[in-house]
Amino acid sequence: MPGMAAIVRLAALVLLLAFLLMPQSFAPLFAPLTQYGAPPIYDQGNLLTLALAHLGVVCCAAAASTLVAVGLGVLVTRPSGAQFLPLSRTLVNIGQTFPPVAVLAVTVPLVGFGEKPTLIALFAYGLLPIFENTIVGLQTCPPQVLEAASGMGMSARQRLLSVELPLALPLILEGIRLSLVINVGTATIGSTVAAKGLGEVIIAGLLSNNNAFILQGGLVTGLMAILLYDGLAGLERRICRTAHLE
Amino acid sequence: MISVENLSKQYGATTVVDGVSMVIERNSITVIVGTSGSGKSTLLRMINRLIEPTRGRVLIDGHDTTGEPAHLLRRRIGYAIQGHGLFPHRTVAENIATVPRLLGWDEARIRARVEELLLVFQLDPGAYAGAFPHQLSGGQQQRVGVARALAAEPAVLLMDEPFGALDPIIRAKAQDDLLDIQRRFGTTIVLVTHDMDEAFRLGDRVAVMSHGRLLQYDRPAVLLTRPADPFVSRMTGVSDRAMRLLSLTTAGEAALPGVSDGPAVAASASLREVLSELLWRGAESAVVMDSDGTRRGHLTIAAILERGRPG
Repeated sequence: MPGMAAIVRLAALVLLLAFLLMPQSFAPLFAPLTQYGAPPIYDQGNLLTLALAHLGVVCCAAAASTLVAVGLGVLVTRPSGAQFLPLSRTLVNIGQTFPPVAVLAVTVPLVGFGEKPTLIALFAYGLLPIFENTIVGLQTCPPQVLEAASGMGMSARQRLLSVELPLALPLILEGIRLSLVINVGTATIGSTVAAKGLGEVIIAGLLSNNNAFILQGGLVTGLMAILLYDGLAGLERRICRTAHLE
Repeated sequence: MISVENLSKQYGATTVVDGVSMVIERNSITVIVGTSGSGKSTLLRMINRLIEPTRGRVLIDGHDTTGEPAHLLRRRIGYAIQGHGLFPHRTVAENIATVPRLLGWDEARIRARVEELLLVFQLDPGAYAGAFPHQLSGGQQQRVGVARALAAEPAVLLMDEPFGALDPIIRAKAQDDLLDIQRRFGTTIVLVTHDMDEAFRLGDRVAVMSHGRLLQYDRPAVLLTRPADPFVSRMTGVSDRAMRLLSLTTAGEAALPGVSDGPAVAASASLREVLSELLWRGAESAVVMDSDGTRRGHLTIAAILERGRPG
């Protein structure tokens, strides 16, 4: 049912945009969740600006994670870098297991409040899926294809750029997608250290006991994560199809 | 000409190739045959330095192969492997163009060469140049793999079990094609296989390897009639060695002057085939005809049987 999927996708996108552009028209829906005449729609900032800032932080962190994780993945799958695999894996795993909140607590004294500590926390949190997928992608290149590439006279660099990375691309893209989606949700905690983002809405709701705010912040974040996941999966399929990598 | 001089490869305490020396003549097909683990593939890969030897050296036309970076050496040597190893994300034309691109040929020359090779390998450029490897049959993939190895007109072509993944009928066709191509381009071919039939069919000379050592390196007929080692006789097979010997000579080579009222056979047919044909028809002799229809001579069963004996 690709038709059905497209309709659901479009409806979700329209709903998200409508809410971000004209939040007040959704006021009657959220009003039952408020008490004592509190505002049903977040009124301490522009929701669209917050959503864009949220996405901006997530994308910056993902770009940095991708650069470092793919670079590390390439390094540890070279014969000369193989000895760094256990160390790199440990570091990347720490990035994933160390709670982002704790990263914030550690980094705020060093770099101050704002976007920076959030970027660092998201960067560390997003490394693992990209790193592991890069390694699997590079290690599962068919050995005959690699041998042919060397046998044809490609240098190690030419082989990496024109054979190994293109063949690993579907898995690397999948890793980036996972990392991005995880971090759309995780980025809400950035608001505890004054980074602009949708976490602000949720925290405002928690502080003023306004369930409508909490729900709005959660719904917008969730909807963004789902749409992003879906959109990137589609993009991946298209790239793989045009490059004949399925 | 390729001179292999006292070439050895050791991994730790294990010796995979043990002091092999051989001279491979220009414009010939040399087949290295052996069981798995005999070191035949390692020997082949030391020629283009995919594996660096522990001892010894390889000279191609008098030049030591260690005189230039390995990847530059490999661009001058064709390499085709079992299961073809085509790049799945590149079209057939791009696959074939790999080495010419690495060598920096201009686009017009690359396009002309790709088209020429597709035609040589009986693949219609219009239909196949833009196709991807997974869209081809096994036999077609294998042909593209050999075409890619020949793209930059290498003087030497190394092949590691190139037909191993093909079914018997396609394999026989691929072997015939290889013989044609060797004659057409005059390439020096070194081919590794575990299949003795393939070795006898293709090889001008055959090298038999076992446990890293070169046991015998000679013309196929000599391997049959004067095996240097019991292992060589086991590899060549004892029970049908007379028939094998007959299969190495063509009717044209063995034809005697004179005429016969028996059936006509092609000069390119092997004596084994002629004998089989005579048995089948109950005839005593056959007329040997050239491909242009002229009479070359005749063959009798007795004359054929004479050829099936050693010495």
